Amino acid sequence: MIDPISVDLASLNLKSLAPMLVAVVGALIILCIDLVNRNLHKSLYVMLTILFLIVDLGVLLGYSGATKGFFDLMLIDGISILAQLIIIIASGLFILLALSQQRFHEYRYPEYFSLFLFMVAGFQFMVSSDNLILIFVGLETASMALYTIIAMHNREKSLEAAIKYFTMGALAAGCFAFGIMIFYAVTGSMEISQINAILVENNFEPFLPVLLGVIFVFVALGFKLSLVPFHIWAPDVYEGSSAAMAGYMSVVPKLAAFVVALRFFTIFVNAEIFWVEMVLYATVVVTMTLPNMIALVQTDIKRMLAYSSISHAGFVMVAILLGTTQATQGLFLYWILFLFTNLGAFSMLWVHRQKKLEGFESDHPFEKFSGLVKKSPVTASIMGLFMLSLAGVPPFSIFWGKMYLIGAAINADYLILALIMAINSAIAAYYYLKLVVYMFLKDPVTNDKVEFLGNANNTLKTVIGVSALVTILAIFFINPLLEHISYFVQTSGF
Amino acid sequence: MEYILSILIFFPAVAAAMGFIVNKDSIRMYAITVTAIEFFLSCVLWYSFDSTNSGMQFMEFVPVIAEYGIAYNLGVDGISLFLVIMTTFMTMIAVIGLTETKDLKNMLITVLFLEMTMVGVFVALDAIIFYLFWELSLVPMLYIIGAWGGNLRIYASVKFFLYTFFGSLIMLVGMLYLAYVYYSTTGSWSFALADWNMLLLPYNMQLWLFIAFFAGFAIKVPMIPFHTWLPYAHGQAPTIGSVILAAVLLKMGTYGFIRFSLPLFPDASVAMMIPMATLGLIAIIYTAMVAYAQEDMKQVIAYSSVSHMGVIILGTFALNVEGIGGSIFLMISHGIVSGALFMLVGVLYDRRHTKMIAEFGGIASIMPKYALIFGIMLMASVGLPLTIGFVGEFLSLLGFFRVSPVMALLAGTTIILGAVYMLVLYKKVFFGPLNNENNKTLVDVKGRELAALVPLVALVVFFGVYPKPILEPVDASVKQLVQTMYVKSITPNAKETLAQVNSIGEEE
Repeated sequence: MIDPISVDLASLNLKSLAPMLVAVVGALIILCIDLVNRNLHKSLYVMLTILFLIVDLGVLLGYSGATKGFFDLMLIDGISILAQLIIIIASGLFILLALSQQRFHEYRYPEYFSLFLFMVAGFQFMVSSDNLILIFVGLETASMALYTIIAMHNREKSLEAAIKYFTMGALAAGCFAFGIMIFYAVTGSMEISQINAILVENNFEPFLPVLLGVIFVFVALGFKLSLVPFHIWAPDVYEGSSAAMAGYMSVVPKLAAFVVALRFFTIFVNAEIFWVEMVLYATVVVTMTLPNMIALVQTDIKRMLAYSSISHAGFVMVAILLGTTQATQGLFLYWILFLFTNLGAFSMLWVHRQKKLEGFESDHPFEKFSGLVKKSPVTASIMGLFMLSLAGVPPFSIFWGKMYLIGAAINADYLILALIMAINSAIAAYYYLKLVVYMFLKDPVTNDKVEFLGNANNTLKTVIGVSALVTILAIFFINPLLEHISYFVQTSGF
Repeated sequence: MEYILSILIFFPAVAAAMGFIVNKDSIRMYAITVTAIEFFLSCVLWYSFDSTNSGMQFMEFVPVIAEYGIAYNLGVDGISLFLVIMTTFMTMIAVIGLTETKDLKNMLITVLFLEMTMVGVFVALDAIIFYLFWELSLVPMLYIIGAWGGNLRIYASVKFFLYTFFGSLIMLVGMLYLAYVYYSTTGSWSFALADWNMLLLPYNMQLWLFIAFFAGFAIKVPMIPFHTWLPYAHGQAPTIGSVILAAVLLKMGTYGFIRFSLPLFPDASVAMMIPMATLGLIAIIYTAMVAYAQEDMKQVIAYSSVSHMGVIILGTFALNVEGIGGSIFLMISHGIVSGALFMLVGVLYDRRHTKMIAEFGGIASIMPKYALIFGIMLMASVGLPLTIGFVGEFLSLLGFFRVSPVMALLAGTTIILGAVYMLVLYKKVFFGPLNNENNKTLVDVKGRELAALVPLVALVVFFGVYPKPILEPVDASVKQLVQTMYVKSITPNAKETLAQVNSIGEEE
C-alpha cells in the first residue's frame, strides 16, 4: 500500500511563485473584463498590464523567502531576481508602445494583452528554475504566446513570420525535450545542480550520450538565442512583426535563454570540458562575425537591426564561454544597457511607422530616413545617438558593456577572442554609420507621402526619451549598477 | 583655478548646448565669443602654469567607475600645455575666418563640441577617459566633413571614421590588457597613467602592447602606410574642417605616442626606434614627391602634412630631449602653419570655387597681401630659419642625428623637397602672366580673413625668432619623460641606447 502523501504547505514555499502568479492572475483578469464588456479601449488594457507588471515588480523586489520552493522546482537566486527585474522593466517599456497614435489590428484584442502577461510569466518561470522540465514548460508557455502575438499583427508577412517562428520553435522544443531526456537517462535527474554533481562524479562519462545531450540542448538554446547557424528565422520574423515587437524580441526572450544557457553551460565550462568550449568558441566567433557581414548589405533598417542584434547576442554569449564572475556581470550589464538602447532604436522606427508602404519596398528602408536632420533635427539626433551607442562609441551606454566584456575576455586569457570582439565592433560601426549618413549627410527624400512621426504621441516619445537619457547618462550610473549586479551575481555563486 | 581643466573641457560643450537657443543670424558672433573666452582661459592656464615644475599640474580626480578603476583624472604638463593652447587658438582662428553660410548654426555648434573633445584628449590622464574623448572627436568631424564637404564627402567622412575607429578599438584592447596586467601585479584596478607608469613590463609584452597602441596612434597621425584616409578627408572637407583636422586632430596621434607609448613601453620604444623612423622617413620623402605631383592646391598641403608628420615621428623616436622637445614644438608650429595654409587655400576657393593649380597664375599682381601672407606661411612650412617651422624641424633632426646621421641626413631632404613642391606651387599660382579671365576680378584678403590670418603671421615670426617661452616648459617635462624611460627600461641594451642618444653636447 502506498503511504499517503502529506506535504506541509509551508515547505512548498508558495511565496516563490508569487511574482509569476501576479502576471498569470493579471492575464486572467483581463480575459474576464473582456467577457463583461467587449468595447473597451486599448489604453485600459495597456494600463492594466502596466499595473500588473508594477505589482509583479513590487512582489519581486520585496521577495524574502527561501531560494528554493515547490519541491525544489523553483530556484529564486540572485540571477533569477536580476533577470526577472530586467524582463519586467523591458516588458513595461514595451507595452507602453502599444499606445501608438495609429490603430493596429492586434491591439483591438484584449487577448493580446493577456497573452503578453502569460508570456512574461513564462519567461519568469524560465529564469527561476533549476529544473529542466520547468524551464521547458516556461519556455513553451512564453514561446506559444509569442507566436500568437506576432501573428496578430495581421499582415501577410506577420503570418509568414509567425509560422516560420513556430515551425522553427517547435523543432527547437523537440531538441530541448530530447536533450533533457538524454540527461535524465544518463544521470537520473532533471535538476541542473544534480546533473552537474553526477556528471562530475562520473567524469562526464559515458561520452556519447553526454555529447548528444549537450548538442541537443545547445541547438535548442541556439534557436532561442539566434546563434549562427540557427539564426535564419530571426531577420524574417523581425521583419514580419511590428518594430516594437521586434525590439522586444531582440531583448527579453534572449535574456531568458541566456540565463538558462548560463545555468546549463556552467557545468561544462567550470569542468573545462574541451569540446564544449570549442563548440562555444566557434559559435561565438561565427555569431559575432557573420551577421555583421550580412547586416552591411541590408536595405531595410529593421532587417539591419535584426542582424545587428544577432551579432550583439554573439558578443554577449562570450560571457557564457568565459564563465568567470566578471563575465557574468558583464552579461547583465551589457544586456541592461542594450535593453534601453535597442528598444529605443526600434521604438524610433515604430514612431515613423506608416500604414502603407508608399512606394518603398519595406516599412523602414534607409532612403526613407534620408535627410531627416533637416526635417526633424531632434528625431534624427536621437536616432543617431542610438546608432552610435550600438556601434560602441564612448561614452554612450553600450560602450561600457563592450568594454567590460572585452576586459573580461582579456582577464580570462582569451586575447584572440578579445581582438575579434574589437574588430567586429569596428565592422558593425559601418552599418550603424550608414543610417547616420543617410539622416545627416544626404538630401531629404522628395516623396510627399512620407510622413515622419506619424505614429508618435507623448507616451511613445516618453519611452524614447527615457531610453535616450539612459543611453547618454550611462557613464554616471555604471558604477552603482555594477555594484548591484555583482551583489546579485555573487550571491548566486556564478 | 583648481578646476580650470574641467572648465576648459566643458565650457565649449555647455556653450554649444546653449547655442541651440541662439538665433541663426547671431550664431557667428556667439561662437567667436565663446572660442575667444576659451582661448583666454587657456592663456590663464599658461599664466598660472609653473614652468619649473616638470610634473603634472592642476590635477583633478573624481572616481567614475570605482569597481573597475576608471576615474575622471586630468592634469597638464609642459608637453600638453601648448597643445591645449594651440587647440583653443586654432579653433578661435578657424571660427573667425569661417566663410561658410550653409547651415552655419549646425556647423558652429559641432565645432564647439569638437573643441571639447580635443581639449579633453590632451588633458586626460586616465586611459579610458582619454579613449572616450578620442573616439568622441570622430563624430563631429564626421558630420563636418560629411555635411559640408565636396562631392565625395560621404565616402571621405565614412572612410575617416571607420579607419580611425578600427585602429582605436585595437588600442582599447591594449589598454584593457594593460589594466589587467596592473590588476594581476598590484591586486587593484586602475586606468590611471600615473599608476601604469609604475609597472615594469617584460620585453615581449611591451612589444605587443606597443603594436596595439601603435594601431590607434599611427592611423591618426597618419603614418605610412595608414595615411590613405587623410588626402580624401582633406580634399573633401570644408576649410574649417581641414584647418582643425590638420592643426589639432593629427597631433592627437603623435601626442599619444609621447604620452603613452614612450613612458609605458621604453624597451619596445628603443627597439622600434629604427622601424618607426624608417616609416617616418618614407613618409617624408615619398609623400613629398606625391605632393609635388598634385594638381589640387589642397592636396599639396594635405600631403605636405603627412610629410611633416613624418618629421615629428622621427623626432619623437630619437628618444632624446632635443628630438622629443623638437617634435612637440613642431606639432605646435605645424598646427599653426598648416592651419594657415588650409585657410589660405580656402580664401581662394571661396572666390573661385576651384582649387586646381592650373586655374590660377599671376595672382600676386592682383592679390598682393594674400601673396605676401601665403609666402610667409610657405617659408614657415619649408622651415626657413627665423620662422616657426625651422625650430622644431631643426631640433627633431638634431635629435635624430645622434641616433643615425645617415637617416637624419636623408630626413633633411624634407627641407629641400618641401621647398621644391611649395615653391613650384607658389610659382604656378602667384607668378607668371595673369591669363585666366576669371581671376582678373579677384578681391584681395580683407576683413574677417585678415583678422584670422594676421595673428598667425605674427606668431610664425615671433616664435621663429624667440621660441624660448614654449621650449622651456616643454624641455622640463621632456627631461622627466626621458628620465622615466631610462629608469623604467629593463634591458641593458635599451638603457645603453637611451644614455647614448641623450648625450648631445657632452664630452665624448
